Amino acid sequence: MIAAIGLAVAVYYGTRDRTAKHTRERDTRSSASQAPALTLVDLGGNKIDTSSYAGKVVLINFWAAWCTPCAEEIPQFIALQDKYRAQGLQVIGISMEDRNSALRDFYRKYKMNYPVVAGSEKIAEAYGGILGLPTSFLIGRDGRIRAKYPGLADFTKLEQEIIALLR
Amino acid sequence: MKRTNHHQRTYHAWILIAAVVFVTVVAWQSPAASELPPGSSELIQPQELLKALQSSAVKPIVLYVGPRFLYAQAHIRGAEFIGPASDSQSLDNLRKRVAALPRNSRIVLYCGCCPWEHCPNIRPAYKELQKTGFTGVKVLYLGNSFGADWVDKGYPVEKGQ
Repeated sequence: MIAAIGLAVAVYYGTRDRTAKHTRERDTRSSASQAPALTLVDLGGNKIDTSSYAGKVVLINFWAAWCTPCAEEIPQFIALQDKYRAQGLQVIGISMEDRNSALRDFYRKYKMNYPVVAGSEKIAEAYGGILGLPTSFLIGRDGRIRAKYPGLADFTKLEQEIIALLR
Repeated sequence: MKRTNHHQRTYHAWILIAAVVFVTVVAWQSPAASELPPGSSELIQPQELLKALQSSAVKPIVLYVGPRFLYAQAHIRGAEFIGPASDSQSLDNLRKRVAALPRNSRIVLYCGCCPWEHCPNIRPAYKELQKTGFTGVKVLYLGNSFGADWVDKGYPVEKGQ
């Protein structure tokens, strides 16, 4: 029995450590370059002109419904959008290589409360290349990219940065 | 006394059941932990692959089994596009690509779309080649992503479909 419990604890901590390793955020904030101005179309067919979000804090999340860790982040993005919408936060999801039906099913299932668009290599390259999912960008009210989160984001830190940019 | 022993046995049985359920649930939530774990002999590290590709000896065949958007932006020089091995069409592509190769061919599979434990493509591709009897297959270990573990290190890439 002791061995079984020991094994359980070892497996738990082993898994947790591995997850922690890959959830470590690598904030590559650099020269705060201007976010690209893009015209996108969301799942509802609505045109999204990213320049129309000038004055807002924008969180861009490159993700995919087939990408398990991306999916794990979605409820937290939904919560952030709910919590800070009135103060000027706009989350935008850019889905990479999802089947249309899978994406729509995911959107409905998770009750996503922000626009999601089907991404492309062109959009990815406009953001300097997306070479792994998930990847998120935080854009300030001045339209400049303030932080990049390759891999799973540290949501505590992300929220602090959102609050700072919303001030 | 008898009753106390009975209660103790019941208590211990429940503890044991709880431990087994716990282990099962944790293992189920991280299926990758039991397949191709970091450090396993089936893996090849990025620097090892780079060395192999730069050597004058016979180079391994590098097959990319992830989504196209990633390959189009950057891929290992000379790597061939197979497609995301989580779908049956791409597995079919993989079967066709290796059909005529000797079973002892040196093949390296890679994806790097997502953090290692969660990659939906690399394990199906590896299993497929194992099933087909290939003995010289290695899987490139990209713990975080292709971007973080290959491109950011300055290793050579090329772009294109």
